[in-house]
Amino acid sequence: MNIIGLSGSIVGSKTRTAMDVVAKEITEKYPDADFQLIDLKDYDLQFSDGRNYLDYAGDTAWITRKIMAADAIIIGTPVFQASIPASLKNIFDLLPVGAFHEKVVSFFVTAGSSRHYLVADHQLKPTLAYMKAQIVPTYVYIEEKSFQQKKLIDDDVSFRLERLVEDTMDTYEAAEWIRKKKEDAYGF
Amino acid sequence: MEQYRINQKKGMEFGLYTLGDHLTNPFTGKRISAQQRIQEIIELAKLAEQAGLDFFSVGESHQDYFTTQAHSVVLAAIAQATNTIKIGSSSTIISTSDPVRVYEDFATIDLISDGRAEIIAGRASRIGLFDLLGYDVQDYEALFEEKFDLLLQINENERLNWEGQYRAALNDAKVLPRPKNNMLPIWRAVGGTPASAMKAGYAGVPMMLATLGGPASAFKNVIDAYRETARRSGHDTAELPVGVTGFFHAAETSQEALKQMYPYINEGMKLTNGQGFPKQAFAQAKDKRSVINVGSPQEVIEKILYQHELFGHQRYLAQMDFGGVPFGQLTKNIEIIGEEILPAIRKYTGKVQEE
Repeated sequence: MNIIGLSGSIVGSKTRTAMDVVAKEITEKYPDADFQLIDLKDYDLQFSDGRNYLDYAGDTAWITRKIMAADAIIIGTPVFQASIPASLKNIFDLLPVGAFHEKVVSFFVTAGSSRHYLVADHQLKPTLAYMKAQIVPTYVYIEEKSFQQKKLIDDDVSFRLERLVEDTMDTYEAAEWIRKKKEDAYGF
Repeated sequence: MEQYRINQKKGMEFGLYTLGDHLTNPFTGKRISAQQRIQEIIELAKLAEQAGLDFFSVGESHQDYFTTQAHSVVLAAIAQATNTIKIGSSSTIISTSDPVRVYEDFATIDLISDGRAEIIAGRASRIGLFDLLGYDVQDYEALFEEKFDLLLQINENERLNWEGQYRAALNDAKVLPRPKNNMLPIWRAVGGTPASAMKAGYAGVPMMLATLGGPASAFKNVIDAYRETARRSGHDTAELPVGVTGFFHAAETSQEALKQMYPYINEGMKLTNGQGFPKQAFAQAKDKRSVINVGSPQEVIEKILYQHELFGHQRYLAQMDFGGVPFGQLTKNIEIIGEEILPAIRKYTGKVQEE
């Protein structure tokens, strides 16, 4: 199983800090999973111009191919201007329609306050749904106050991230079961 | 329709088109050489002619897993190897070529073939050829519109004055040779959206509509948009042929047909397009309303006739060779088309026209 942790911001530390917790959880509890953390901060990506993702070069080609080859993706996103950051939206724009077909996608949100707790429901989920992701229904919303010195200090958030990883893996397993069952029924 | 060499009394035309893909056969894991693939395409055109098919076309794709980048050269070989079947491109990416050279090539193919050549001009779904041939992909639309328009002008005028943004001006220029009957049928390739179809309608040129999957009725909307736009722009839609292309495979039963064809399409699309074909959607090809003409010969006949009833199109182009399909399967398909499918389609669609 191919799983990616996608840290969707190119500035700040909260999203990456939480993603590191997720990464540790996956590598410790699911050693068989092929996990890769992709932090958009580490790459030089071009803006989507509508071409097929196979026609990009460099980091843009590398990241889009990685995502297209993944079975599951855990996205970490901050909130910028009451929405997801452009860097993350650009990833979605770079990918084809239906890119998340037969992929499980879950996410957590980091934010300065509780004001934006519906941003993910209103803006991230519809995009993921449009791209045909098998969305894990619950997500984790993490406020500024849960971090201290680039560390996650909130046990409740820590528990919830553990459950997020577990839910992602379980959803993948269930989706695989459904896929195989259908596959057998098609008989081709 | 005469201008486009279509005689509706004979019924809807049936043709084959290939993108010239050069892919590994997913069942065997083996890939034939580029040379063999090109030879087989030429052979396929001969067999199509022998089976009584109306049209055969070859496309250009400038990227990995394709082999007919020089599609007009392949078409010239086909022109020489055949006698009666109409031949064309599917498609010619006019955006990244010089319309003068394209016209010279196809007029020559028309003379070699004794008046059988056609051009279907498209915009390309992948864009590697812009880099390869030295064009800016930012000009994707403008390049096509300007060069397609020039191509049409060359078709209508042996001598012309022309000025544009993407090519040197033509001053009282003569484009030679002229095709046998002085005009080539030139179609616009349309990828499936009404917006794109409407562009063909505005220009009043024949439309070749590509389908991948989904219900036929969805494509009827596109064709309606094309004809409505053409009408509003002052063109006579009774004189404008519509062609429809799509996946094709016939086998003893629909289940067998799906089983035999799915891996080619799915694996081929993964490599050439970056995404496979969802199996759930492919399974719906069993329904008569699906635009995918994969099934038993009888089912395929019913589907094509159902599509004809909806679309009222003049030409159907089957894509049966995508994804590394071995030559034996192609010859078998041609046999089935010639012996079972073609007679039925001509009988029903030809008759409709007489009434």
